Amino acid sequence: MDQLYREFILDHYTTPRNFAALEQRDAEFQDRNPLCGDEMGVHIKLAGDRIEDLRFHGTGCAISQATASIISDELKGKTVAEVAGLDRNFVTEEIGIELSPTRLKCGLLSLKVVQGALLGTDEWPSGTPEQDPDASEVARLRNEI
Amino acid sequence: VAVAARTAELPRSVEEIRADFPILSREFGGRRVAYLDSAATAQKPEAVIEAISSYYRRSNANVHRSMHELAAEAEHLYEGGRAKVASLVGAPPREIVFVRNATEAINLVRYTWAREHVGAGDVVLISEMEHHSNVVPWQLLCQEQGAELQYLRVDDQGRLDLAELDERLAGGRVRLVAVAHVSNVLGTINPVGEISERAHAAGAMVLLDGSQAVPQMPVDVKVTGADFYAFTGHKMIGPTGIGVLWARRELLEEMPPFLGGGSMIKAVEDDHSTWATVPAKFEAGTPAIAEGVGLGAAADYLAALGMDAVRAHEVEVTAYALDRISALDGVTVHGPPDAAERGSLVSFAVEGIHPHDLAELCNREAVCIRAGHHFVQPLRRRLGVPATARASFSVYNTTAEVDRLIGALENAKRIFGV
Repeated sequence: MDQLYREFILDHYTTPRNFAALEQRDAEFQDRNPLCGDEMGVHIKLAGDRIEDLRFHGTGCAISQATASIISDELKGKTVAEVAGLDRNFVTEEIGIELSPTRLKCGLLSLKVVQGALLGTDEWPSGTPEQDPDASEVARLRNEI
Repeated sequence: VAVAARTAELPRSVEEIRADFPILSREFGGRRVAYLDSAATAQKPEAVIEAISSYYRRSNANVHRSMHELAAEAEHLYEGGRAKVASLVGAPPREIVFVRNATEAINLVRYTWAREHVGAGDVVLISEMEHHSNVVPWQLLCQEQGAELQYLRVDDQGRLDLAELDERLAGGRVRLVAVAHVSNVLGTINPVGEISERAHAAGAMVLLDGSQAVPQMPVDVKVTGADFYAFTGHKMIGPTGIGVLWARRELLEEMPPFLGGGSMIKAVEDDHSTWATVPAKFEAGTPAIAEGVGLGAAADYLAALGMDAVRAHEVEVTAYALDRISALDGVTVHGPPDAAERGSLVSFAVEGIHPHDLAELCNREAVCIRAGHHFVQPLRRRLGVPATARASFSVYNTTAEVDRLIGALENAKRIFGV
């Protein structure tokens, strides 16, 4: 069984949850992963400062699309301040696997667009290598080379 | 009309050639690397690595301005590199301008010739199969000059339509036609001689992006009919950080300089300068000397194999890959169907699996392919593919490596259930 492409991920990839447009929305954002062109957008409806409903739309690799689907239900009910505090760990815990440096942006694209919609930021979530170089990863690469 | 197949053979076996490339013996997870990404960058033979290393160990000095023995040696090696590259593409050394890469070569033309000759209402004509390096500089130029950027369409088999070229040229506004000699996305070998002839008849100039062509087939820049021919070093088994712009000497002499600085001047007065002769006029600052030496070694290596033979070998591997990839269920191959009509790469899509996932699963088996956004937006829309996977081949690749690619693709299809 492939660790990354296990049934859980592939199921969310082929039948993604919360993928559609929201006619009534308070915030939206879209972006792409410049590495491979994964595209992801989000529509969000707020109740006060809480996410009442949210829908993704996009095209891309299994990791980018499945991650959006997997985190979508978990994001509903969170406040803007809570969303601001989410990082790489939130995503990797939700999908149940660490992502390699080359796939991290695929996995974090959906969180990036949600933070973009609610916080007006165009930064990658913390934990993305360029944002926050992971010392252990750098060390591992050094040793390998 | 049947044309007798070229029978050029490599002077040494592919196994012997592979042994010249140290990186090909690397293993990942106990598997020997199968490097099928040479269209992105090619691997380097020992001869190139050694030329660079030896230059730094024995001969390093600045070129063009010192009187000592080391400087003379450095100059000799660097200019020797230029002469070797020139010889590979049928040009006199004085017409070889060293730049950083093909992107810089194209930008050089954009900032010098094009600024003087493309004005408001004029047209720069490119094609839908261009690398972004031959798109974005022209977008910027057209925005700056109030000119118009037009795209030649690519048909379903990845070819340009010369009738459409004639139509666009007949409009009388085209000043420059800039197209790939060999497309990095579709593999198409464009009929550059005919394109040049038609463009010139309509008073337009021609720039060819030869980044994919020079590494894999005999290229004589004069035969292409181009006015400007750009290519990069690292795709032709040379180092990164060096590329070439070729143009006829008279044209280079007419053009204004690009970057200003040392080495490109004849005399510096208080408020102006006069320019050095070509190609120095376009090579401001200390050049990439070691890279020039390394590129010369790469040109020598390719010349010793014989570009006809390199091409024949790559056609064989590409034909095999086309057959095997096309035979997989749910796979779409882009570009011309016949290997003889294309360069040594195959771009493809597998229904239900994103190319990024394909590349990752190939990587598990130490098979290196490219996944990404190679197409410009208009072509992407028409082909209906957001991204593609690409396997590309060099003289060191074998059909056995293609078999490993097929195995990895079959495994990916199994995992994704398609």
